[in-house]
Amino acid sequence: MRRRYLAVKLVSEQPISREDLMDTIWDAIIQLFGEYGASQTDLSLIQYQPEKNCAIVRCSHKALEVVKASIASITEISGKPAAIHIQMISGTLKALLEKCQL
Amino acid sequence: MRRYADLRLCPSIEDPDQVERMVSKSSELGYHMVAISIPPNITQTKIRQLQKICGSADVDLVTRIDLAPQTSKELLHLLRRFRRRFEVISMICDSKPVARQAAKDRRVDLLTFPAANLQKRFFDNAEAELASNALSSLEIEMAPLLLLKGLPRIRLLSILRREAAIAKRFDVPIVISSGATDEYLMRSPHDYVALASLFDMGTSVALRAFSEIPFSIVRRNREKLSPNYVAPGIRVVKEGNCCPRV
Repeated sequence: MRRRYLAVKLVSEQPISREDLMDTIWDAIIQLFGEYGASQTDLSLIQYQPEKNCAIVRCSHKALEVVKASIASITEISGKPAAIHIQMISGTLKALLEKCQL
Repeated sequence: MRRYADLRLCPSIEDPDQVERMVSKSSELGYHMVAISIPPNITQTKIRQLQKICGSADVDLVTRIDLAPQTSKELLHLLRRFRRRFEVISMICDSKPVARQAAKDRRVDLLTFPAANLQKRFFDNAEAELASNALSSLEIEMAPLLLLKGLPRIRLLSILRREAAIAKRFDVPIVISSGATDEYLMRSPHDYVALASLFDMGTSVALRAFSEIPFSIVRRNREKLSPNYVAPGIRVVKEGNCCPRV
């Protein structure tokens, strides 16, 4: 199965846990595309660096647009204002790490 | 390399810190040009202050005014008053007569419809035909799409999908702007392209709505506001008596 790796940057005034981050992304996907759409994303969190506010998530390449739109629609995490910006997308984790220097 | 513009940033003008934060965020997100909604009674000192903030973030400032007339007569009056003072004029169409008049007036750059009241989105076939003849663009603001949830967002997406299809059919340019009131509502152009796919706007059309179209509007208006402008295609290139007599 072909996959896409997304490096994202979190903007929030409060610290964000791994669980909160993934819950927020899943909620956004379910809100916009429903449970059927969410089931096709094959989403998982690969790496999270809370001190740098950076994370890498992986999804199915067919669901890339779904995940991108859902991540862009996030305006709060755990009830506090926040935003998640997609920094880079790559087909392999190695290439993403090289480009992002994470 | 493609250059991007956000034709509607809405920081509080009275708070220079917020303006500075939002403008530097725009620069960080990859925008080269931002338009800030400016009240009509703004002083030149304030505009210079905004230009200074934008200059330090390496972003080109565009002065923009949002007009919301109640009648067609008021619309014409406001256009006469403000067209020569602002680089971009956006008309918030609150009623059908105003929307029709705005669509056929060449001095209007952007047609904006309220997102709060979906009954007042008058962008139909007739409006699009008038707009395509007058070179006006349809503005789609993204902040309401981020702020609304549930049924109101479903309705907004449905209307935006219809409006984008009508604009495509009648060749009306679409401008996508953020309408952000704080940094948390600001997104990069590519994030907005992903959001625009929710109302069936293709990637290339959405990218043009952030780059070529806003830049062409600003270029055209800056040329018209320049003291050397005479008429479309005619401008003063040299003055004095060195020109040969014919």
